[in-house]
Amino acid sequence: MDLLYKIFLDPFVQMGTAPDLLVQTLWEGLVGGVLYALIALGYVLIYKASGVFNFAQGIMVVFAALTLVGLHELGVPAFAALVVTLGVMFLLAIAVERIILRPLVNQPEIILFMATFGLTSFLIGFGEFVFGGEPKIMITDELHLPGGAIDFQVLGGLVSLQKIDIAAAVIASMMVAGLAAFFQNTRIGRALRAVADSHKAALSVGISLEQIWVAVWFAAGIVALATGIMWGARSNVSFALEIVALKALPVLVLGGFTSVPGAIVGGVVIGVSEKLGEFYWGPLLGGGIESWLAYVIALVFLLFRPQGLFGEKIIERV
Amino acid sequence: MGNILGNETSVGAVQRGGPGGNNSKENAMRVTHIILGLAFAMASAVAAPAQAQDSIYIPLLTYRTGPFAGSGIPIANGMHDYLTMLNERDGGIGGVKLSVEECETGYDTKKGVECYEAVKGKKPVIMNPWSTGTTLQLIPKASVDKIPILSMAYGLSASALGNDFPWIFNPPATYWDGLSMIFKYISSKEGGLERLKGKTIGFIFFEGGYGREPIPLLEQFAKDYGFDVKMYPVTVQEMQTQSAQWLGVRRDRPAWMIMWGWGAMNPTAIKEAAKINYPMDHLVSVWWGGSEDDARPTGLGAKGYVALNFSAVGANFAAIRDIQKYVVDKGESQVAAKDKVGESHYNKGVYNSVLIAEAIRNAQKLTGRKVVSGEDVRRGLETLDINAARWSELGLPEFGAPLKVSCTDHNGHQATYLQQWDGRKWMKVSDWVAPMTDRVQPLLDAAANDYVSKDPAWPKRTEPCDKTS
Amino acid sequence: MLYRETGQFKTSYAADAAVFPILQDRIGIAAILAFAFLAVPLIFSEFWISAVLIPILVFSLAAIGLNLLTGYAGQISLGTGGFMGVGAYACYKLTTIFPEVNIIVLIVVSGLAAAALGTLFGLPSLRIKGFYLAVATLAAQFFLSWCFVRVAWLYNYNVSGAIEVPTRTMLGIPVTGPNATSVTRYLIVLSLVVAMTWVASNLIRGRIGRMWMAVRDMDIAAELIGIRLFRTKLIAFAASSFYCGVAGAMMVFLWFGAAEADSFNIDLSFRVLFMVIIGGLGSLVGSFFGAALILGLPIVLRSLPDALGVPIRAATAEHVQFMIVGALIIFFLAVEPSGLARLWQIGKQKLRVWPFPY
Repeated sequence: MDLLYKIFLDPFVQMGTAPDLLVQTLWEGLVGGVLYALIALGYVLIYKASGVFNFAQGIMVVFAALTLVGLHELGVPAFAALVVTLGVMFLLAIAVERIILRPLVNQPEIILFMATFGLTSFLIGFGEFVFGGEPKIMITDELHLPGGAIDFQVLGGLVSLQKIDIAAAVIASMMVAGLAAFFQNTRIGRALRAVADSHKAALSVGISLEQIWVAVWFAAGIVALATGIMWGARSNVSFALEIVALKALPVLVLGGFTSVPGAIVGGVVIGVSEKLGEFYWGPLLGGGIESWLAYVIALVFLLFRPQGLFGEKIIERV
Repeated sequence: MGNILGNETSVGAVQRGGPGGNNSKENAMRVTHIILGLAFAMASAVAAPAQAQDSIYIPLLTYRTGPFAGSGIPIANGMHDYLTMLNERDGGIGGVKLSVEECETGYDTKKGVECYEAVKGKKPVIMNPWSTGTTLQLIPKASVDKIPILSMAYGLSASALGNDFPWIFNPPATYWDGLSMIFKYISSKEGGLERLKGKTIGFIFFEGGYGREPIPLLEQFAKDYGFDVKMYPVTVQEMQTQSAQWLGVRRDRPAWMIMWGWGAMNPTAIKEAAKINYPMDHLVSVWWGGSEDDARPTGLGAKGYVALNFSAVGANFAAIRDIQKYVVDKGESQVAAKDKVGESHYNKGVYNSVLIAEAIRNAQKLTGRKVVSGEDVRRGLETLDINAARWSELGLPEFGAPLKVSCTDHNGHQATYLQQWDGRKWMKVSDWVAPMTDRVQPLLDAAANDYVSKDPAWPKRTEPCDKTS
Repeated sequence: MLYRETGQFKTSYAADAAVFPILQDRIGIAAILAFAFLAVPLIFSEFWISAVLIPILVFSLAAIGLNLLTGYAGQISLGTGGFMGVGAYACYKLTTIFPEVNIIVLIVVSGLAAAALGTLFGLPSLRIKGFYLAVATLAAQFFLSWCFVRVAWLYNYNVSGAIEVPTRTMLGIPVTGPNATSVTRYLIVLSLVVAMTWVASNLIRGRIGRMWMAVRDMDIAAELIGIRLFRTKLIAFAASSFYCGVAGAMMVFLWFGAAEADSFNIDLSFRVLFMVIIGGLGSLVGSFFGAALILGLPIVLRSLPDALGVPIRAATAEHVQFMIVGALIIFFLAVEPSGLARLWQIGKQKLRVWPFPY
């Protein structure tokens, strides 16, 4: 009886008695969710266009952030470093297309997935080799990203919104909107959708697969850089970040592997549920349930709707 | 006669499938075979490397990669640079050069044990695992392999009992000593530990062997002084996203927060604490949270944050200046910048190497041999006696509290001090605080008993006790 | 010329359907086994046996386990580390409760515990396929990792959360614990691995293996011809987890001698997956090749600078190792997506017709 009370009633009582904490938790969940969504966005872009599940997205985030900070440390001014980093991500996209995608053109998905494992391992070694393993501080001031917080005295308590989090949410939404518009309205966007539907048909219409792949990996690189900046600003830039990238998988499951708005919605849902779960129900289990809660949520969701909220229903033919 | 791998131009060859023609397949296979062949040849050429008979081998288990590199790099540099300085300036110890080799573990226990197995054959005289997890796994092996383990201020607290753990040493203080010293500091700020009755004390810790060590003593104190303990575990995956834990701190409003973190956990925790406007001078960390790299990302926002320390901070010591001269300036060091020398964790690495050097010196004195072995260094460790005068002789006056280890006490339970972050650097804010030995000793005895009784085959101590020199 | 079948006639169906139909193969296997059992303990050094061969054998068994599930039954699983941990902790609890029972029996029994949990976590496979199933197994992995830390009963309420292996003897010789010699541990590991590989080989060639392969290749068609999908998948999960559990128990009891909760994290799952992919999905001998390559590579890379006389920092060696492993994975996948086992097969095929090209 006591247990039932603890599980079903007490958390809501807590929510009611301290509504400012509830709002704060919701906000933290939202911010976390937006950051997950940014990582998921990278996955979606690449999966949509090349059918590859890019496991290396996480390390690309770290790599982009490290390049930016590393260049700045060498004396390059912030915005110039930003441009150079974009250039580096472009080179990376070309290299990936040349070395990984082209030789493995017709292979089953799992082989391409494994190849991105190899890419991850390579980038970890390369990144640490070039930049060193010491954690670095993200150059938020130099990029004119706002610091500090906005505090609201509301609901009998304090709700504090970090300005950098607000900036992250805004930037993420802008990116999603921009990408959605890009896919709908531009020629390259249409070509990307064509490639996502069928490689062979796209080839037969004259779309250059190689150019498309470079374009999409570069786009994923831009997203990775934005993600790296935001994540780096919240803690610091180190290789611990790539562990967080695994969290994007439940987001993808929820939102669908091929849907850009799905990544955002899925991210927010996972982020908020995770924080709420950890904060209100976590202490019952001794805390630390954040490490698996997202996956269990995704799992339960999968049992009822395997293609995710926005994904395409998979039709199999024998 | 075609070659072994088949004729590329054979038209009727069996289709081997896959992209690309037979040409690239054959070439690739040839290349693969050559690589594999080379690899096997190389591998078989790996014999136990010849060990120069006239040097002392010291392996350093370090982590310059991975999520804990932030903490591991300065320590590795400090350790390596001091020993290299001894080689360059004095020609080694007692005229025998030190052969220092790093083995990268990434703070992974499995890799740590693998490093141990790999270097075992080179006859190391001492082992520094730098990870509580690795130390715990090496403890049973030390007496069998005859290699003493120096787990300086980490590892198994109970290994302070020299009679039960003759091969393990953990000066200058155990985690339980450290916790008791934190409580002494809290007591000085509160006006007595009785004032804590009814309050809440939060404990945010790294979810692993290291972070869970102090919990029994913490719970004991909670019972004795009537305060409530709230636990905030942080798993390795959640190290960089601690907002849930610190939201909990906001909800529970503990009067004091005690932190037991490592690697990327510390800077994130300090950032989050500043975000929720937790009074930073009520956030106290064990010595491993006292690095500049932990507080610097938050900068002025972390002003007031307190940490224990057992070694002094700063480069204004003769020995450290020697390191600058003989090692850093000559390019032998891996420090990223000259001002990293003398930082908090760097000096802890230096402290570790001082202990190693003194142990070797003691071993040489006790046995009369120059090239000492693991067993000799064990005796050297057991007779460690670095008083204030000796610290000055070493060129490090007041670097650490006077340290004395004995056969029964492998720890020393020395005093530490507290340092506070002023926004840009560490300031010493207390004198040397001694641990509450009366509270800690019974727990140590009980823990050692528990450990030994669980394994009926645990060897009884047979090593004789040397009188201190 | 050497690897010929001329003169070898099969006079019974059983002989025709044998696992090693060619006499040279049978001789080869016998030679390898004899070398492994008799020559290795005599020739190889302590370092080689305890730091190279035992790990390769243990990981080969784990790779075989994952291969059964992913290579033969086509179900992607990222929970290997968790299941290895289940086996290890089960063995620890069993030996705490029954200290007199032979440790090898307990290692095998702990595999059953892992199999039970594997079946439980395999239940989602009824509805989920492909990458989604991988996410579900990730849930299993993270949840099990969390349990290893939180459920204090598993590690006998040790303060440190780590488990130490107690000394167990067999016929008076210490088998586990710090006093067990590497040769003893090696022989036991080798025997277990050989026995379980033989079982796996029979499983694969039999009815169950064919059901798995049918499910992997086209599961809807398999269902149409009467194979019960759900049961087949669950059996695959059970068998795979059994092998992983035994491998985990061997890893702790016969290799490391201790473990902590973090020993069975996601990195372990990925490592075994690497071995399976590089070795070849759906191949037993590939599991051995994959394990040997992934485990042997760091050792070779670490000793290469010494052998060549080039000074290299430990951290740099680590970085270079990551880069080379990554590059090698991509290289192997590009050159031979079916892994080392396929290269081996091609090699044997060539040998059968050597010195002729075809």
